[in-house]
Amino acid sequence: MIAVLLALAVLPAVTGAFDQPFLLDLALRVMILACAAVSLNLILGFGGMISFGHAAYIGIGAYAVGIPAYYSEYSGYIQLPIAIAAGALFALVTGFICLRTKGVYFIMITLAFAQMAYFAFVSIEEYGGDDGLVIDQRSEFPGIINMEANLEFYYVVLAFLLGALFLVYRIVNARFGMVVQGAKGNEARMQSLGFDTFRYRLACYVIAGAMAAAAGWLMGNYNYFFSPEMMGWTRSGELIFMVVLGGAGSLFGPVLGAIVFILLEEMLSGATIYWPLILGAILVAVVLFARGGIEGVIAALERKK
Amino acid sequence: MEWILFVSQVLNGLQLGILLFLLAAGLTLVFGIMDFVNLAHGSLYMMGAYFCVTLTPLLDSFPLAVLAAIILTFVLGVVVELVVARHLYQRDHLDQVLATFGLILFFNGAVHLIWGAEGNPIRLPDFLDGRVTLFTDIEIPAFRLAIIAIGLAVAVGLVWLVGNTRMGMLIRAGASNRRMAGALGVDIKKLFTLVFALGAALAGLAGMMIAPITEANIGMGDDILIVAFVVIIIGGIGSVRGAFIAALLIGMIDVMGRSYLDDFMKLFMNNQSAETASPALSAMAIYILMAGILYFRPRGLFPPKNR
Repeated sequence: MIAVLLALAVLPAVTGAFDQPFLLDLALRVMILACAAVSLNLILGFGGMISFGHAAYIGIGAYAVGIPAYYSEYSGYIQLPIAIAAGALFALVTGFICLRTKGVYFIMITLAFAQMAYFAFVSIEEYGGDDGLVIDQRSEFPGIINMEANLEFYYVVLAFLLGALFLVYRIVNARFGMVVQGAKGNEARMQSLGFDTFRYRLACYVIAGAMAAAAGWLMGNYNYFFSPEMMGWTRSGELIFMVVLGGAGSLFGPVLGAIVFILLEEMLSGATIYWPLILGAILVAVVLFARGGIEGVIAALERKK
Repeated sequence: MEWILFVSQVLNGLQLGILLFLLAAGLTLVFGIMDFVNLAHGSLYMMGAYFCVTLTPLLDSFPLAVLAAIILTFVLGVVVELVVARHLYQRDHLDQVLATFGLILFFNGAVHLIWGAEGNPIRLPDFLDGRVTLFTDIEIPAFRLAIIAIGLAVAVGLVWLVGNTRMGMLIRAGASNRRMAGALGVDIKKLFTLVFALGAALAGLAGMMIAPITEANIGMGDDILIVAFVVIIIGGIGSVRGAFIAALLIGMIDVMGRSYLDDFMKLFMNNQSAETASPALSAMAIYILMAGILYFRPRGLFPPKNR
């Protein structure tokens, strides 16, 4: 896994040498979605909270670039905190209701809230509605970094990915993360140990929401454009797929999952316009036959040896 | 004029509610009995519409095509159950969500391959294409009336089936305690296949009813599926009656919100902000309703007993 991260770090030099900007573009997309997948993994993999509405946070983060930019406010010092605060606030409000429910109800109510956010952005004509919002320029951090330069933006994204991984690593190994994981395993037991598991889970949910909104902030900057379609529920499904494909509850799993998913999508959509047919079949096969995702399969192979 | 508009909006709400019920009925049974989250239910709705697209010119009759397409979606439901769904009942919901999400992609790709990317219209026969006059001064399309009539008939039939027949008794037994029903000698596997296929046929029927109005499109089931989920969660998972009431409620709220919310909001805020806020609010209305209901009744309005 370290090798993958190192490869991502030296990739710009390689693509620069061989003049393959397309690869750099692909890597950017992978890393941004990996950020979101890593944050989803925190609640889904470690916390057992299957959120089917994670794409909403990407949308919230992206509109936190787009809407200020619409009013000619380009400062990253304003946009990024807005993205994170809005993501956290949305997670706090919806999480307060969602976390009262369990199992399938939780999946469905997170989905419903994400749809709510989706339709809200669709129906606000001022910010483009259905057609989406064009973002003239990337967030400005005057004097520190020039996000318009693709290379510098690349390292910003990489830094966010590393930061997200480090944050999740610290959280799951801290007392706080232990409580959240304990609540996944046996909530009643954690409660009888005296932990107010609702609060712990809510806090975890809010952290994940803020992280995903930061990923959305990157996404808006990356695309110079955002439309509600990019926060639709199928995107949430793809994020879950990345997490499960990589191996839910493993630190690097979601990064692997994002890499495999994007490469798969890229290859299949290059090969045939009917690629969803094949991708769908692969997805069904992965669930039916490869339990535990890539990490799980690797672990199973190692056990066999 | 005012009340003519109002009555036709009520009928629109009723029609949306009926369609939602057709979708939600199968979903709630599959969900309630097998504890299986089937995201691909919307794909069966789409497939029903496309079967009808092909069969209508072939059989040269829309009603015959609908009957044949219902049988085809039933068969498709059996196939999907045997090949994929059956293996997922024992898995957790996450696996079910993922695999059926894969099925959605699969079906969307398959439709693209077979029928192409364009929307496909269905031509209605003349006797359904006209308009019907109600109460001397209200004109509505005959087909919308037909949708409402067919939907109500199916709803009554389904409530009768579940409430008064031997099969319905088994379904209810399965919904309230699957393992006990199995232990008492019910062939649970066969029952599951049957219920899944029945749900598929109902979803397909809903697709056939909507396709002449909107055309059959790739992904047409993706968004309405979520609304159908909202319906079954509000109604209480596993309850056909609950699904019926919730479907009509959601249909009415959605249609009425879109047509009257801005007038209503103008009563206590200025015109401009009412016009900006009301589309967003009416689009969100059903989700807010669901959140509110789940907050007070975490298992929906009519949860099945004995669970």
